Amino acid sequence: MRQEIRISGFGGQGVILAGFLLGKAFSLYQDLETVMTQAYGPEARGGASSSSIVVADYPIAYPFVQKADVLIALSQEGYTRYRGETKPEATIIIDEGLVTPKPEDQPLRIPATKLAEGLGRRIVANVVILGYFCAISDIVSREAVEEAIRTSVKPKTLSLNLEAFEAGFAYAKIEERNS
Amino acid sequence: MTSSHILTGRYFMNGDHACAEGAIAAGCRFFGGYPITPSTEIAEHLSSRMPQIGGVYIQMEDEMGSMATVLGASAAGARAMTATSGPGFSLMMENIGLAAMMEIPCLVVNVQRGSPSTGLPTLPGQADVMQARWGSHGDYGVVAYAPWSPQEFFDLTVHSFNVADRYRIPVLLLADEVVGHMVERVEIPEADKIPHWGRKRPIGSKKEFKPFEAIDDDLVPPLAHAGEGYRLHFTGLTHDERGYPDMSADTHQVLVSRLVEKINRNPKDLIRTETFHLEGARIVVIAFGSTARSARRAVRVARERGLPVGFLRLISIWPFPEQLIRELAQDVDAFVMAEMNLGQMIREVERHVEQPVLGVNHAGGAMLAPEPILEAIEKVANNGSTSSR
Repeated sequence: MRQEIRISGFGGQGVILAGFLLGKAFSLYQDLETVMTQAYGPEARGGASSSSIVVADYPIAYPFVQKADVLIALSQEGYTRYRGETKPEATIIIDEGLVTPKPEDQPLRIPATKLAEGLGRRIVANVVILGYFCAISDIVSREAVEEAIRTSVKPKTLSLNLEAFEAGFAYAKIEERNS
Repeated sequence: MTSSHILTGRYFMNGDHACAEGAIAAGCRFFGGYPITPSTEIAEHLSSRMPQIGGVYIQMEDEMGSMATVLGASAAGARAMTATSGPGFSLMMENIGLAAMMEIPCLVVNVQRGSPSTGLPTLPGQADVMQARWGSHGDYGVVAYAPWSPQEFFDLTVHSFNVADRYRIPVLLLADEVVGHMVERVEIPEADKIPHWGRKRPIGSKKEFKPFEAIDDDLVPPLAHAGEGYRLHFTGLTHDERGYPDMSADTHQVLVSRLVEKINRNPKDLIRTETFHLEGARIVVIAFGSTARSARRAVRVARERGLPVGFLRLISIWPFPEQLIRELAQDVDAFVMAEMNLGQMIREVERHVEQPVLGVNHAGGAMLAPEPILEAIEKVANNGSTSSR
């Protein structure tokens, strides 16, 4: 098993943190081989930003994503730039308020930023979409990501982050029931 | 060393932070530096960690000053280091030579980026290999290591401090941007599992002590620290056993030969390599640092395709493992040298073997991918013995 996951957006949305939390969950709490790499522009906020996770059940030599199995896009540029670097059968997840997919594309959609605003802080959209991914993925464990959140974020933001994760997770489950 | 400062445990950590924690685990208590991408996270991390543990972090006005503080701290007894990248490494060269000449142990980390000059600050390179060997003027032995993962960045930071102390030399740790910024699992061992080689310290009368007298077979003089009551004199000028300047060719011959020979004489402690799939190999791929990860995948795929290829990973790039290369050369038809520069280490391989050596090169800015290495393997396998650079 080797899975390549890319999370893209713009600087300030926390795509690096989302990648770190997911990678930490795989690496430390699911004991899978995991490498995380990142790419960002020189700007502190606003530039294109992405994090990439390679997870496997054997030692990972080449650490970069070549053709992603999963693309999570939190910005139009992040979607447009990386859509081509995915496998044909890839899972694509977009923040539907921020990304307009190509007409031929049928990505999974979640209003991550809107849900985060509902929790009072739009900056947790990254963790909302992480919760959504966790719910629809069969390789990532909910307990592992929650543990990664607990051991990584500042104590005063912990409950907000766990709520955000739950909001994304629950959104996927509601969709599943309705479909 | 206070073991409670060592963060024993499992972490998901980038290479630069692993280096910084490796330094703390090794007992380093002084960092003098000038932050520069992609090594900045080392300085940043130590700027918060050093004050917590009673260590010193000094941000200097430039890299020349940084190196000077490191030498001072080490001469006073501290394990001391700096970290830099790109043009910062060039600026450190003069005082790295001073460290070699004054035999002051220290660690210089260079997280290589695209070069020359300011080049590509946020992107990888491996083009400082020959600068590491020959960058400061004159003859002196050099020890340099190249980690291929955050875990190894931690481990080699510890090892580099040990080697620096044991041989009284500046040790160079040549990481690259990929390894510095990549995040992977890092296991920090318990304090008693962290290897520690101390400095050779003077014994006997303070009055008779000569700070540059190499009394042992290893040619390393015992190191007395400033303020301990021994007479010390440090200079970059050619000096006698007392450390006093002596402008004679004879003294120069003895001193400089010893600086080179103390490294040549002790290959076992210094040279580190790792091999994969060497059994039955007719072709050997050689790589180091992050490029070794691509090479390992290329070799694995080539093996699956039935090609008789093996892999040698250089962990120490200096000293170069020339004896091992010559031994390998007895059984193989060709070598492939993959490196993220336009052909530096390939020269070292070429001068020890008669077989063709095919270079796989890239000027830097992106990690060398497995595919061109695989193509080179296939080309060599199909061509038999012909090859080109």
